[in-house]
Amino acid sequence: MPYELIMGDTELDSKVPDGPIDQKWTLYKQNAKLVLPANKRKYTIIIVGTGLAGASAAATLGELGYKVKSFCIHDSARRAHSVAALGGINAAKNYQNDGDSVWRLFYDTVKGGDFRAREANVHRLAEVSLNIIDQAAAQGVPFAREYGGTLANRSFGGAQVSRTFYARGQTGQQLLYGAYGSFSRQVHEKNVTLYNNREMLDLVVKDGKARGIITRNLITGEVERHAGHAVLLCTGGYGTIFYLSTNAVNSNGTAAWRCHKRGAFFANPCYTQIHPTCIPQAGDFQSKLTLMSESLRNDGRVWVPKKKGDDRHPNDIPDEERDYYLERRYPAFGNLVPRDIASRAAKKACDEGYGVGPTKRAVYLDFKSAIQRMGEDAVRERYGNLFEMYEEITGEDPYKVPMRIYPASHYTMGGLWVDYNLMTTIPGLHCLGEANFSDHGSNRLGASALMQGLSDGYFVIPYTLGNYLAQHQPHDELTTDTPEFEAAEKNVADNLKKLMEIGGERTPQDYHRELGKIVWNYVGMSRDEEGLKKAITDIRELRKDFWSNLKVTGVNEEFNKNLEFAGRVADYLELAELMAIDALFREESCGGHFREEYKTEAGEARRNDEDFCYVAAWEWNGDPTKPKLNKENLTFENVKLAQRSYK
Amino acid sequence: MSSTSNAMKFTLRIWRQKGPKDSGKLVDYKVDDIIPEMSFLEMLDVLNEKLAAEGKDPVAFDSDCREGICGTCGLVINGIAHGPLAGTTTCGLRMRHFRSGDVITIEPFRADSFPIIKDLVVDRTAFDRIVQAGGYVSFNTGSAPDANSVLVSKDASHDSMDAATCIGCGACVAACPNASAHLFTGAKVYQFAKIPQGQPERDQRVLNMITTHDKEGFGDCSNHGECEAVCPKQINIKTIAQMRRDYLVASLRT
Repeated sequence: MPYELIMGDTELDSKVPDGPIDQKWTLYKQNAKLVLPANKRKYTIIIVGTGLAGASAAATLGELGYKVKSFCIHDSARRAHSVAALGGINAAKNYQNDGDSVWRLFYDTVKGGDFRAREANVHRLAEVSLNIIDQAAAQGVPFAREYGGTLANRSFGGAQVSRTFYARGQTGQQLLYGAYGSFSRQVHEKNVTLYNNREMLDLVVKDGKARGIITRNLITGEVERHAGHAVLLCTGGYGTIFYLSTNAVNSNGTAAWRCHKRGAFFANPCYTQIHPTCIPQAGDFQSKLTLMSESLRNDGRVWVPKKKGDDRHPNDIPDEERDYYLERRYPAFGNLVPRDIASRAAKKACDEGYGVGPTKRAVYLDFKSAIQRMGEDAVRERYGNLFEMYEEITGEDPYKVPMRIYPASHYTMGGLWVDYNLMTTIPGLHCLGEANFSDHGSNRLGASALMQGLSDGYFVIPYTLGNYLAQHQPHDELTTDTPEFEAAEKNVADNLKKLMEIGGERTPQDYHRELGKIVWNYVGMSRDEEGLKKAITDIRELRKDFWSNLKVTGVNEEFNKNLEFAGRVADYLELAELMAIDALFREESCGGHFREEYKTEAGEARRNDEDFCYVAAWEWNGDPTKPKLNKENLTFENVKLAQRSYK
Repeated sequence: MSSTSNAMKFTLRIWRQKGPKDSGKLVDYKVDDIIPEMSFLEMLDVLNEKLAAEGKDPVAFDSDCREGICGTCGLVINGIAHGPLAGTTTCGLRMRHFRSGDVITIEPFRADSFPIIKDLVVDRTAFDRIVQAGGYVSFNTGSAPDANSVLVSKDASHDSMDAATCIGCGACVAACPNASAHLFTGAKVYQFAKIPQGQPERDQRVLNMITTHDKEGFGDCSNHGECEAVCPKQINIKTIAQMRRDYLVASLRT
């Protein structure tokens, strides 16, 4: 065994308020402590990241009167990767009169997450979803509309109602620009100060509380200290740990990981989402994979040939020789089964020899019936930009030839452990959006990431942060002149120096690619004990090699992408081991975590609620090979635990 | 997986400039083993990994999402911002649009208001300041009415979306002989001019944004239309016309 389980002894308190599920948030808000309006300006809040969670939090806290210092790794706040979300955002508005409700969105999300999320958080998310759409519409976000001028909806996976709001295939972009607009207004009002081109490289903890951060200026290399009364981490997920993913090339897990090493527990790192509909990899040169929105499964039909290794052109394969396997296996949800199920089904088809295309690692997503049913123009109106993107990348016209798709890393449900207040195990350090673990259990439903990021930023943190700050008087002056800042700054500077001085042969990208292959092969769509043990051993070897054979060109004191990447890969080499360890000790299958040893006769995920109905919150123990496991038991008082069925 | 049978070769003539205050020059690099499916930036990745392995300084360029939506990447390729393919960002451009053996000149987005940081990376924060001057609807979180209480016609929403799609890449500025950011600013003004939510601040928005635009040193528009030709989101210059009309009306009203 490469790792023997070490148990921690922390009692994790989720701080979920008392009361019936649909009253908890209301009661919380009624009882939360408040900060006097005139006192708010005395508090400085550090917000790292300017995606949906970070931008919406900065804007809202700025409006309330707090002094916000906002940090992003890009040149502009508008570039955060939320911008790339395509399909939509869920909200329980029931504008379609099709039976939706807060309860149903709550239920669908808990079930979609395979009963591994905290009920109270999910219910709050469903409640707040209503406000988000109002907020975004008032900002002038150009949502799709009906002829009468009301908002339009479409369907997404895991739901039998039509509750997804959208702006063509650019919903994330438009919601982000809405938040960025409000954020920019607060910059103009001087309530928010933007520090762009800054990467957070350490958290400063004083007297057990988060009191600041250390950043590197990505243009000058300067290492800087910033103090605040609270720190909000809104830095997204760690999907690029797979190297190839649908995330941006600068998306990374470094800020979260450095907080973990300062004492924030990391929850459920093995819960990663592999999205079923991405354009397949074409070669080793590839730097990223491109997502084709889940919304395409509204009208596209997934199939493979019934005959193994059928090399005919897809248009030459008649209907009766095609296996529409999702429609066959899951008649109730058909092509709109949740992502984990669709991804595994595609993998299974390819593993069994039914894959198509040059690499045989792809399935078809076919719009022929949709075009016949509603005409090419209607299809173009709904998905035009996606079809163009597909054609530009592959050189094939999806109006004429079915798309080829294959699953790819897309989102991480795991992240820093937070309580109901969105606070981590370090007092004062809060974590919002994809960077936390809280709302999606072991599988996120489509169109729920935008909802969660904005819920956390616009409507949750303004209340919970006030509740925290009200219990901590503002100091007369915030200072960075403390031994804790000095030590953290030295830690960062030493680490940068160490990376620069290894003087070996291999580039950071080279290590990242190799790490990505290990994680994809053994901690990807399906996992087993043997593979996970091998992954742990392989990652350790690679990490050792990294620290003796890395080559970083240039110097620290300049714009140096290689140095940026080197630091992120170094952290991934530690986080990857935790992912594998987490997956190894979760001896069940749930959502995105599929263990070959634990499946039903039909090949579906088999949960073990008796032994694993808990959040695995890992504690840093001074060494990536020795994490400690702490458990938060999950109790389901409102939703009955059941085997998830979409048949 | 990569095959060498259809490998392409290029001579890349790239602008190298150490820092904002240094003078720069074009330097030639050879790349081979480029396959047609590669994106333009992936070709530069190949070059950079080769340079890094040789212990040479890689070419600094910026990119992020690599799917044409974040607006981070942007190169002038053979004199055209974002390269030869219309409606495409640099990251979306594939090498199959070039011929093996080509000499390809690669330069940054040049404008006085976009100072060069290093090589092909420029500082476009002036765009942020234009937005800060008024590129939004002013209201505080929590005070919004029910989303369906304000009706917006399908056409207006569509029209607004066509402008809102701007990714803030700066190609319009790089292509304009006057280095004007009127397409960028016009797109934002237009987006709000077309919908009810944008009306209360309509005059103030256009006045403030144009004032900031000019203060940042961007030039005026003289109807060359180069911006529209290179815009990866194909934003129409009618947005500029609308902005100028709104500006005139707002100036007369205040």
